[in-house]
Amino acid sequence: MKAAEFDYIRADSVAAACEALAAAGPGEERKIVAGGQTLVPLMAMRLARPSLLVDIDGIPGLAGIDSVDGVVAIGAMTRQRAAELSPAVRSELPLLAKALRFVGHPQTRNRGTVGGSLVHGDPAAEIPLVAVALDAALEAESTGGRRVCPADGFFETPMVTAVAPDECLVEARFPVWNAGRIGTGFREVASRQGDFAIVAAAAQVALDGDGTCTRVAAALGGVAPRPVRIAALEDALTGTRLEDRAIDAALASVEAVIEPDDDLHATAAYRGRVAKVLLGRAIREARDEALA
Amino acid sequence: MTEKAIALTVNGELRRASVMPRMTLVDLLRDMLGLTGTHIGCEHGVCGACSILLDGVAVRSCLIFAVQADGHSVTTVEGLGGGDGRIGDLQDAFWECHAMQCGYCTPGMLIAGHALLEENPEPTTEEIREAISGNLCRCTGYTQIVEAIALCAARRNGEDGR
Repeated sequence: MKAAEFDYIRADSVAAACEALAAAGPGEERKIVAGGQTLVPLMAMRLARPSLLVDIDGIPGLAGIDSVDGVVAIGAMTRQRAAELSPAVRSELPLLAKALRFVGHPQTRNRGTVGGSLVHGDPAAEIPLVAVALDAALEAESTGGRRVCPADGFFETPMVTAVAPDECLVEARFPVWNAGRIGTGFREVASRQGDFAIVAAAAQVALDGDGTCTRVAAALGGVAPRPVRIAALEDALTGTRLEDRAIDAALASVEAVIEPDDDLHATAAYRGRVAKVLLGRAIREARDEALA
Repeated sequence: MTEKAIALTVNGELRRASVMPRMTLVDLLRDMLGLTGTHIGCEHGVCGACSILLDGVAVRSCLIFAVQADGHSVTTVEGLGGGDGRIGDLQDAFWECHAMQCGYCTPGMLIAGHALLEENPEPTTEEIREAISGNLCRCTGYTQIVEAIALCAARRNGEDGR
């Protein structure tokens, strides 16, 4: 299928992009296109019919990865493949590096962007899941200036985020864990490699010198209208040595947080069971990596 | 909605066109530039038949509007040959391994294989399988496609390969 008619401009700055968005008439939908790997299929299927596409590819400074003062800042226009291969991401955000390998296929990661995935806000998507797990800070710009949104609260309902129609996400900042021995785990069940996740689980742990867990982040995707942290599990495991028995007991708290739905890929009951199994595996993977 | 004038390099040649923004890059290549080697399958980014190289990296040309490619460089399957109408070594390996049945997925598979070998000259079987995971072959002839890419890699590395 072909997209409906639309007009197109290539913005040369974020300010110019925001001005174009702000000039939308009543009822008119103007959209930013970054890599287009989600928006263009939606337009081809006529699920999206924007009147104007504002292309932000090529805006100087909007793509790139910087590591400064314990934070890895990823420009919104950074290609997923560039992030996956980035030495800074691999060494300082290994959880994101692991998750990116599950995002679509090499051809779509070559084009798709980190910012595009965040703003699209698919509840099963990997990059939003890692943003929630690691408490990323997401900065957006409009003609009114810039604001920073914490990942907690950024993802509202499926495909709806805190980014307003006249805003442009400019950067995602991921805090780096430095204290102790760090390990990460990422697990996912999908119909095929590269398909949308049915359920995805992310975990990051920090262990002190004698193997006691000082910090743990655990999050699930595909089991609620947005990626969710499992805070009660994190509290229960902090201070333990992440023994299998402790992990299995803590996984009971998953049920109170998730709100899985039935769809044509899986039942809610299946999602609920798989969520616990995958999160358990992700935490064990993170523990074993930290101990190695 | 007005047409936009664009200029892009296609297989080393500068090409100009005037396109509506809704025209995809694959439609430009096939319908306006006559490069029908790139195939259209699903038109929404699932099948990989329309894979091309954009600025040297493999992407799906049904998920890019032609206007977005203005100023960029495109290589299609026609650009993978050895010149003078001769086929390249990867295409030769596909021929030798019978890595096609109906041929519909073949241009996309060649682009995916080419991109893999540029980045990783000695891929494992697992890495080859992952590299073509975004390309569907409805004849399900994946085994020979994996063998062909492995054969090309082996020959480039100075091995006999068979």
